[in-house]
Amino acid sequence: MSSLTLGIAILIISAAYFFVANRASSSQRAAGTKFHSLPHYYGLYAALLAFLPAFAILLVLAIGDDLVFRSLALDFVPDEVKASKNYKEVIVMAQITNVVDGINFGEQPDWVYAAAEAWKGWDATSTTLRTILVISLSLLGGMFAYRQVNPGFRSRNAVERIIMTILAASSAIAILTTIGIVFSVIFESLRFFALVPVSEFLFGTTWNPQFEGAERAGSGQMGLATYGSVPLFAGTFLISIVALTVSVPVGLFSAIYLSEYATPKVRAVVKPVMELLAGVPTVVYGFFAALTVAPFIRSTGMSLGLDVASESALAAGLVMGIMIIPFVSSLSDDVINAVPQALRDAAYGLGSTHSETVRQVVLPAALPGVVASILLAVSRAVGETMIVVMAAGLAANLSFNPLDAVTTVTSQIVTILVGDQEFESAKTLSAFALALTLIVITLGLNFVALQIVKKYREQYE
Amino acid sequence: MSDVTKGRISPDVAASRVAAGLAARRSKEKRFQLYGKIAIGIALAFLVTLFVSIFSKGIPGFFQHYVTLEVTLDRAKLDPAGDLSVQSLYDGDARGVIRKALYEATGASGRSGRKAAGKIISGGAEQRLREAVLNDPSILDTTQSMTFAVDDDVDSFLRGFIKRETPEKDRRINDRMIGYIDTLTEQGLISFQFSDYLIFGSASRNAEMAGIFGALIGSILTLAVCLVLSFPMGVATAVYLEEFAPKNRVTELIEININNLAAVPSVVFGILGLAIFIGIFGMPRSIPLIGGVVLALMTLPTIIISSRAAIRAVPPSIRDAALGVGASRMQTMLHHVVPLAMPGMLTGTIIGMAQALGETAPLLMIGMVAFIVDVPGSVTDPGTVLPVQIFMWADFAERMFVLKTSAAIMVLLAFLILMNAAAIIIRKKLERRW
Repeated sequence: MSSLTLGIAILIISAAYFFVANRASSSQRAAGTKFHSLPHYYGLYAALLAFLPAFAILLVLAIGDDLVFRSLALDFVPDEVKASKNYKEVIVMAQITNVVDGINFGEQPDWVYAAAEAWKGWDATSTTLRTILVISLSLLGGMFAYRQVNPGFRSRNAVERIIMTILAASSAIAILTTIGIVFSVIFESLRFFALVPVSEFLFGTTWNPQFEGAERAGSGQMGLATYGSVPLFAGTFLISIVALTVSVPVGLFSAIYLSEYATPKVRAVVKPVMELLAGVPTVVYGFFAALTVAPFIRSTGMSLGLDVASESALAAGLVMGIMIIPFVSSLSDDVINAVPQALRDAAYGLGSTHSETVRQVVLPAALPGVVASILLAVSRAVGETMIVVMAAGLAANLSFNPLDAVTTVTSQIVTILVGDQEFESAKTLSAFALALTLIVITLGLNFVALQIVKKYREQYE
Repeated sequence: MSDVTKGRISPDVAASRVAAGLAARRSKEKRFQLYGKIAIGIALAFLVTLFVSIFSKGIPGFFQHYVTLEVTLDRAKLDPAGDLSVQSLYDGDARGVIRKALYEATGASGRSGRKAAGKIISGGAEQRLREAVLNDPSILDTTQSMTFAVDDDVDSFLRGFIKRETPEKDRRINDRMIGYIDTLTEQGLISFQFSDYLIFGSASRNAEMAGIFGALIGSILTLAVCLVLSFPMGVATAVYLEEFAPKNRVTELIEININNLAAVPSVVFGILGLAIFIGIFGMPRSIPLIGGVVLALMTLPTIIISSRAAIRAVPPSIRDAALGVGASRMQTMLHHVVPLAMPGMLTGTIIGMAQALGETAPLLMIGMVAFIVDVPGSVTDPGTVLPVQIFMWADFAERMFVLKTSAAIMVLLAFLILMNAAAIIIRKKLERRW
């Protein structure tokens, strides 16, 4: 049976146990026996015991068997193939699994067919075993619970303990995800730093990731791959700066106007409309930047006699700035609203005008929160991917001219990892090192921002 | 100046000094307000520009040019084996049948004339003819008036993007083709209609045949996986953290983790999917299952945070009342608090799903960017999603792809607006204020 049918089968078994156990306890109850818990708790207990262990085993087996088959199949690979220079486990596996799936690309060596045959055998055996194991586990679990249907058994407490365990387990997913992210990035990064020294990665000023031995375009000589990430960070920085010069003034002034001057009616309309900007998918912004903004900037620049690259940092930064306006304005709005009215009243009492109050009293008081909102916007800008992939280009220029084409950390990660890649090469691994630095930067920014917000909140509470 | 601060001036002098500065201060006040208005104006102008730029290209993108031909459906040519099997129809000469009708309509003759005329019609016309025959075999051996899409270059010409005045060697269609197109137009055979290819077509390198159907199904499958995983897990986590978790290091660690995950850039979740699910578990690339799992992990923090807020908003008196009549803590939670918090949780989930629907970068990393013609039938079939489709189309230079990309964006935005509207309605209708 396939995993899906097995899942449905144990669901049906659990449902059956629910009815049986429910019926058993309610009929005894009707006969006058006093039970500790309501009948449906006995039913639920039986159903949970019939479902959960069997389902857990099913999950493990469904995910795990491929892993086991892979390592078993490696035994079929002849030693001389393993010893050869361009031996790649991934490719060998693809050869074997293709034959298993019935996809044939020309003639394969004999050992591939042998491995595939064996694989099919294991697959059949494991499917049979899995079916028997899961079904019987489900039946046994339910049976065990059914036999406990007696007045003394506290089924409600048992069910509640199980539910509590499920709740606690699902909250552990967050930790597992973090561990998964750290694992997937750290190991590959370490392997990368074994190939390329950390100092070169952090301080090198040329980024030219080529597959080993690839010819450098145009030069006719074998280019050396260099992994100096400074141009990428400079590009990220440049685009973020452009984005901030758009979003900070616009966001901040709109926040001030909305929280201090606007009538409730205006506020009720304008605020959600501005937040629409944050809801537009980034791929749409990327399309807008590449097809509307970049050509516009280029033609405007040309008419002014400036040399503008067709994929300029200005276009990407401008559009990214539009995207993060709501991040700046919403949070700034909140912190401005959180400034106690007493401060404003005191300023009015001294005869200051509304704008003087805002500028000299409210803004200084809200400054930490405003700074935090800007930091959060920066972290958003640094991590943003689609806009830069579509509009900023891939030229790793070390330039601070917003009219030049630059590239960013995220767009390099995407370019390197999209499509087929060799897992062993320094080029692929470099994407993981970039991701690691990206995570460190964004989390750092968030940490600082949240600390500021926290401190600020305490001040007025 | 120290005299002033010590207040040694008379009230009259002080009043006159204040009055002297008043005009300047009032105009400053006005200017400050104006800055605020300008800022909001700029933000709204950006929004309008964005929408106008997308809609002005997207609305024409929902339409394309079709040509109506009188096609003689000669059975011997179309169905050589005579059994109406798909194989037989593919062996048949659907192309020749359509061409013949086209030559008659345009009056094309000679080798180069026929070649030029043949280029007018889309390569997808044959498939359309075969489908029509399969649906209704009785039309065989009759003459039917059938509508086919024109080639995307011809479409661009008809829309005026390819100019007649351009020298012949610089444009993608030659004078002879223009002549035939004019003949067809004069006969009223060319029509500008709603593009059924856009909605029901799948990925294609031919702009006139490209459509979003496959991507839409892929998006639905991916979102379904995402919802099935993230909603129960998110709600369970929120319930645990708000109501049951002991205040200890582990709980604190979980909370820090959730906040951090909310801040991690979305590409990183793609790397997680690539390294763990594809690299270690050896699952295939490009499948909605992995896409859904990755998006679920990404949206989990959003759902958890909003669900916690919803649970916190349920007043303690509800809990006290339930506990007071003898309910257990779990019963209080499941029978009272969770149902009361459900509107808030649903709102958060819908907003999370809307985020997931628009997400592109992590799905690129797990290979959903592959060119896949078949519509995915299940979560383990390779597929793509709407935003990724938009990303791929945005790379193509053909004018018609630009229009169709904008149209696809409008479809995506329509879904997002629908979801957000649903969230707002749920919040307005169901959420109780205590």
